[in-house]
Amino acid sequence: MSKVIVVTSGKGGVGKTTSAAAVSAGLAMRGHKTCVIDFDVGLRNLDMIMGCERRVVFDFINVIQGDAKLKQALIKDKRIDTLSVLPTSQTRDKDALTKEGVKQVLDELREEFDYIVCDSPAGIERGAHLAMYFADEAIVVTNPEVSSVRDSDRVLGLLNSKTHIAERGDGSAIRAHLLLTRFDNRRSASGEMMSVEDVLDILAIPLLGIIPESQTVLKASNVGMPVVMDDKSAAGKAYTEAVGRLLGEQIEIRMDVGERRGLWQRLMGRTA
Amino acid sequence: MFGFSFRPRKANSAQTAKERLQILLAHERGSGSSPEYLPILQKEILEVVRRHLKVADDAVDIRLERGDDLSSLEINIEVPTGGASTATQN
Repeated sequence: MSKVIVVTSGKGGVGKTTSAAAVSAGLAMRGHKTCVIDFDVGLRNLDMIMGCERRVVFDFINVIQGDAKLKQALIKDKRIDTLSVLPTSQTRDKDALTKEGVKQVLDELREEFDYIVCDSPAGIERGAHLAMYFADEAIVVTNPEVSSVRDSDRVLGLLNSKTHIAERGDGSAIRAHLLLTRFDNRRSASGEMMSVEDVLDILAIPLLGIIPESQTVLKASNVGMPVVMDDKSAAGKAYTEAVGRLLGEQIEIRMDVGERRGLWQRLMGRTA
Repeated sequence: MFGFSFRPRKANSAQTAKERLQILLAHERGSGSSPEYLPILQKEILEVVRRHLKVADDAVDIRLERGDDLSSLEINIEVPTGGASTATQN
């Protein structure tokens, strides 16, 4: 039974595409046949984060409009053979997405893949709405910052009302998980940044993982490699564990996340 | 001297952030994003007031202050001097 997972947030710049890339690569590395779809029509970026931008020929919109077959548009990852990317159009706009078209593509993908990860655009307009509409589960990407938390709360409201599962009206709901990204343990400990508990108190959904603010994320995007493939970095490890939890494994959430700092830096940090 | 301190520094802005969010979201969750009844309320108040007073379209100012336990709705109506006598005929 395949699963459609939307990676969403409301606010932009919180790490949706990074997380969609990392989670889909992580699922594929575990042997699950996984496809990740870019729903950000007009602002294609998942292809760059996945490192396949030079191999895009046809896209999601071409498939919806019948100009290309799904198989022609899917790009098989060269590093992980269970992973495919469905890029979006760089030239069209959001109106090219239709509910029927999205459903048709997802239904076809469900036949071949175990996991279909939908990378939502920012905002709550058409693209974001359709990215979440057919989802079975949701990963809500949030930064420990007031505007991000507020937008996540709004998105949770939409997940519980404006989706296929919610509209069935039989009381079933999308399983939503919180992925706290760009977290800085030191700033949280000093009271400058909301703590994990603060955000959990407010949003009241289960925590999938804490991704530390890390230089590795930028480095990974520079070279087009999902950060989860860097198993030495703190962010990579955090994504690997988040994927494990998504698969139902009991993995303790570690709070000591963050870049390691030397003794001198730690001493200086105290006095600043 | 060296500013050596084991306690977090004074103002805890994270706590402020959490409290602001809790108050705001308590309101937003209840009634959608923004209180959509306010423009209608404004229009209706203007209609009622106009039965008795001659006031301009933009004379009604509605402000909402959301508090933790209590919210206050402040309605200000600007009445021109001598407005009452002219409007009673309507």
